[in-house]
Amino acid sequence: MPAGSQWQRQDHPFKTLLGLLPAQGGAVRVDEMDLRARARNEIARRVSYVPQAHAAFFPFTVEEVVLMGRTAHLGLFSSPSRRDREAARGAMARMQIEHLAASVYTRISGGERQLTLIARALAQEARVAVMDEPTANLDFGNQVRVLQHIQALARSGIGVLLSTHDPDHAFICADRVAMLHDGRLARLGEPGATITPESLREIYGVEVAVVRVPLGNGKERRVCIPGNTL
Amino acid sequence: MTSARVPAALLGACAALVLLVAVAFAVGRFPVSAGDLASILWSRLTGTEHGLDPTIETVVLRIRGPRVAAALLIGAALAAAGAAYQNMFRNPLVSPDILGVSAGAAVGAVLGIFLSLNVIMIQSLAFAFGLGAVGLVYITANAVRGHDPLLVLVLAGVVVGSLLGACVALMKYLADPYNQLPAITFWLLGSLASASPEDVWSTLPLMLLGLVPMWLLRWRINLLALDDEEARALGVDTGRIRLTVIAAATLMTSASVAISGVIGWIGLVIPHFARMLVGPDFSRLLPTSILLGAAFLLGVDTLARTVARIEIPLGVLTAFVGTPLFLWQLATARKGWQ
Repeated sequence: MPAGSQWQRQDHPFKTLLGLLPAQGGAVRVDEMDLRARARNEIARRVSYVPQAHAAFFPFTVEEVVLMGRTAHLGLFSSPSRRDREAARGAMARMQIEHLAASVYTRISGGERQLTLIARALAQEARVAVMDEPTANLDFGNQVRVLQHIQALARSGIGVLLSTHDPDHAFICADRVAMLHDGRLARLGEPGATITPESLREIYGVEVAVVRVPLGNGKERRVCIPGNTL
Repeated sequence: MTSARVPAALLGACAALVLLVAVAFAVGRFPVSAGDLASILWSRLTGTEHGLDPTIETVVLRIRGPRVAAALLIGAALAAAGAAYQNMFRNPLVSPDILGVSAGAAVGAVLGIFLSLNVIMIQSLAFAFGLGAVGLVYITANAVRGHDPLLVLVLAGVVVGSLLGACVALMKYLADPYNQLPAITFWLLGSLASASPEDVWSTLPLMLLGLVPMWLLRWRINLLALDDEEARALGVDTGRIRLTVIAAATLMTSASVAISGVIGWIGLVIPHFARMLVGPDFSRLLPTSILLGAAFLLGVDTLARTVARIEIPLGVLTAFVGTPLFLWQLATARKGWQ
């Protein structure tokens, strides 16, 4: 989970991972297959991409948007078959948005759009899902809902690579955190070990306290609290 | 509209189109009844005698038939090209002319008239210049790196288009005002009055050549409406699909404009009608646009040659008839852009 300061272009590493930009060095491998110089549909069968919920240009239905996730599995001249429709239905069911299937994508809420885009990535059936700030521009409730769904996906065996500006999101659902600063990898490791007052001061230039809060079920979670509150 | 209702709607539209064709033959300076039309077509198919006045046969096969066929073909082609371009440029305000195909064809045709060439040469020049203009725009846009590829394409199209417009203006200025200038003006306003059987037969394969890849790629053309990187991450080679769509749309538009002159409006507005009726999915949008475009141009052309004592230029009448229709549809429709 790369976290980055507000002013740097942190989407570039993601574009390289997706094969949209050439790598400046090194290699991108999924299941031992080097993704560089592969055809677009080969990459898309292994890595899916969830952009920020955006406004669409034309009024496709939610089902049509999710079906677009099947494209990498279709021949060049094919349209989605009944099996593809079933896969799309299954993906919508996992995101609990089946009731939106016939709704027009441009007329649903931001949170619903984000779940639609995650369902589209699920329909793509890739091993790894790359998510670019999927909680940006969502209200608090939808942020929590989307994060819960992402957590469930990760537990089901899909590798989720997610970028965020909010270190608390990393505490909620990350196994490993990569902190980026000035285009370089500043920290890499478990959330508790990487997201510390020192690293946050170094990257964001602000004083932040990291405190442990009991969740009531015997577990506890770390939370970032800004300001000189130590 | 649910997918189950679409075939029924398409069947209805086809029936309406057949009716419209019958009307187109039945009105005008030399009316041909539906019965006469059927028996002539039947005799051509079976090789038997129809026993009608040979003048009727000439009208059907040499004059009105080609004109009706050309209207259907060109209306369908312009609407299909417009539908594909609007998806690809993610913009409902785009017409097939956006990359300069009509401006290029206009330069070719005006040059042909200016040099007093024959009709076939004028048409060939129009067709070649239409393709050439878009080729130039595409190559220029591809040479520019580091910008949004679609934005660069549109900019290059606008700039090259205005340069070609200046070329047309220059030739109009230099043209002989008594012979050439009226011919140039007439061509630029668009007309099907001189459509011949040869025009139809030479245009048909070009139209199909453009239409077949569009239909085959219909699912992927949907994904061109997404953000470029998103579409690529979903497995679409956007650069190649885009090149194919541009080539197909340019072929169809250029072939149309070469025989009819510049007919605007259809490629811009008919795809809107279609999208309001069946939604944006290209597998439904394309056939609907084709049917509506064909019906619309045939209807307008029939009006153009019947409502007044002189022929009304098509480029003028399409806008006069189409705009109120469109505004009415806009005010009443629920599906559309957003």
